[in-house]
Amino acid sequence: MKLSARIAAPAAALVLAGLTATACAPGTSDTDATSDDKSGTLRVWLFQEVGNKPKEKVVDAAVAAFEKSHEGAKVKIEYIPVDTRAERIKAAFNDPKSAPDLIEYGNTDTAGYVKDGGLADISDAFAAWDEAKDTDPAAKQSVTVGGKVYGAPLFVGVRALYYRTDVFEDLGIEPPKSQDELIATAKKVHKEKPDLYGLAVGGAYTYGAMPFIWAHGGELADETGVTYEAAINSEKARKGIKAYTSLFGDDNCPAAKCAAMGGNATVTAFASGKAAMAIGGDFSHAAVEEGSVKGKYAVVPLPGVEKGSIAPAFAGGNNIGVLKSSAHRTLAVDLMKQLTGKKTQAEMFDAMGFLPTYTDVRDTVAKKEPFVEPFVNTLGAGAKFVPASPAWGQIDASLILPTMFQEIASGRKDVATASDDAAKKMDAAFADAG
Amino acid sequence: MTANTTAYKAPETTGAGGTPARPPRRRGSPLRRTGWTPWLYLLPALVTLGGLLVYPIYQLGLISFLEYTQAQVSGGEPTTFVGFGNYADLFGDSQFWQVLLATVVFAATCVLATLFVGCALAVLLTRVRALPRLVLMMAALGAWATPAITGSTVWVFLFDPDFGPVNKVLGLGDFSWTYGRYSAFALVLLEVLWCSFPFVMVTVYAGIRAIPTEVLEAASLDGASQWRIWRSVMAPMLRPILIVVTIQSIIWDFKVFTQIYVMTNGGGIAGQNLVLNVYAYQKAFASSQYSLGSAIGVVMLVILLAVTLVYLRLVRRQGEEL
Repeated sequence: MKLSARIAAPAAALVLAGLTATACAPGTSDTDATSDDKSGTLRVWLFQEVGNKPKEKVVDAAVAAFEKSHEGAKVKIEYIPVDTRAERIKAAFNDPKSAPDLIEYGNTDTAGYVKDGGLADISDAFAAWDEAKDTDPAAKQSVTVGGKVYGAPLFVGVRALYYRTDVFEDLGIEPPKSQDELIATAKKVHKEKPDLYGLAVGGAYTYGAMPFIWAHGGELADETGVTYEAAINSEKARKGIKAYTSLFGDDNCPAAKCAAMGGNATVTAFASGKAAMAIGGDFSHAAVEEGSVKGKYAVVPLPGVEKGSIAPAFAGGNNIGVLKSSAHRTLAVDLMKQLTGKKTQAEMFDAMGFLPTYTDVRDTVAKKEPFVEPFVNTLGAGAKFVPASPAWGQIDASLILPTMFQEIASGRKDVATASDDAAKKMDAAFADAG
Repeated sequence: MTANTTAYKAPETTGAGGTPARPPRRRGSPLRRTGWTPWLYLLPALVTLGGLLVYPIYQLGLISFLEYTQAQVSGGEPTTFVGFGNYADLFGDSQFWQVLLATVVFAATCVLATLFVGCALAVLLTRVRALPRLVLMMAALGAWATPAITGSTVWVFLFDPDFGPVNKVLGLGDFSWTYGRYSAFALVLLEVLWCSFPFVMVTVYAGIRAIPTEVLEAASLDGASQWRIWRSVMAPMLRPILIVVTIQSIIWDFKVFTQIYVMTNGGGIAGQNLVLNVYAYQKAFASSQYSLGSAIGVVMLVILLAVTLVYLRLVRRQGEEL
């Protein structure tokens, strides 16, 4: 008995040692490309949209043109579900062998993906590309990290003010021209029609709240050379936060219901006729059209502080980038240009309604489709972007800003305390991301 | 070296002969062999446990000492050793302590409520006729079999301020259950209770059935009330079962994730309903700070082990052999 214990102990130690030797540290993959083949198959991941057929048609046409002009190159397009894209793309970075050559990605993820070492720096190709000079500055900012370009914008998405024409007519009011008017109008509507939210707002609707901060000249964070410093607690930003959170209350959108709402919930409230106004994107058009308010609404740019001004909107949208691990870099860059070029973007607008990222193309399509005019005007007035820091992904995922808005909306903290707390958390994230 | 050879030969001996009494070929004694045989039989279980339990825990612990985020996983930045850095971050975060406290209180309430309801219904089961017993059993099994995510979604709908039938029946108007911190926790508690009491009830019911009826009969002949029978006869006899269900419940309720995540939309307004597991998810996966998430995992593991050990010690001190 005693002897067996003496054997068992070293044996167990041996087994453990074997285990440790084979897997001492958690895995790290090498995403650097080893070659640049001028032929072969390019794999592309694009997002699977609701009603994806028209998108596929446009993409297929672009791919056919690309294959014609590039002898020996084949393209395989895969549409990945939007819900699980984060996992898919992370997995692609982790396992370069099964990774595609090109991916479509949400533009707020740019800095994070760059830090992850997933995206290739294509600054030279972008600078040498003649079409790229017409790219909207905000869209260009969304592919730029630390002065380098990591992809090409595919489309932009921007938000404006949807309002109910029938309700406004009924009450004899005009669409608001300034932020003060907007807040006053919202409260007036709710007073006259208590079963409607004046302006549907959400505590978790960060992108709907940002224009209020920017309109007052505030910023989410200031660039300080290499990194960022939170500016959400500056005097100007606080004015914007105060204006936005003043909309939560029994005189417009009761906190008990609205504090938890996100962007989709506010648009749904508008589409189902529960709100007289909402901040929705050009991409919300289809959802609103399907709702009960079809034909009874119009869109104007979200007003800024000055009468007649437009509040800076958040320039959302998607980009297409080349993966660092791609073994067909030159081909991949060419395909990226094909997919995000002026021709494809114009066709994509016709097919899906995605706003082009080129100012000239955008102006052309705005003439064809009056619905997008307020959105194009909003972009023309100068859209803004979130800090191009890898920390943004973390700030977004740890719900720092929604938490701040919810704390204020529910009356748990005042604007000063909540914004100071949020700034502290943001700074910690910036410091983490280095 | 020799010892190793013997060890290797041991299975051969038993395997070939099949008779345990057969003398070993080399200088082994029967005493030695009986020492090895249990290990041999335990080997498959040990290997499985080692692979499925020890190794992941080892990795969890290891990652918690590294700087390991998405950038490290996909090779954008080198993995570095940060010692207790992640733990320092975690313990320095006031939100962590708040979440920890909420988790402990919430889990304790859940465990007590589950045990109480489960035991009460188990006793009730022994006292009713076959048909109601069947109905109760089916209802409980239905709740038990419902996946947590489905159950949570249905509960949220039932308590919806605009469309939920519960508010209509209770005449609460458009009261939002998820807005207030305590009402949101209460709602989740009800759901957790609903899906975890059947396990307690069925287990305890089986235990009660195994108690000799003479004992219970004698107690009631002596004029003991139902409560007295439970306290002085059933509970002591059911002790081993109660210990198991208590530990199970502690572990389950401490690790609640789905219900909070689904019902309070990922942690409630301004994170008021966060529990440790959802908090760890937010850190580890949503923001890709795998190392910080691992540190939270290790802390949870330590807490659960400590709670379980303390509980077992307490039980043991009261004279229960396990």
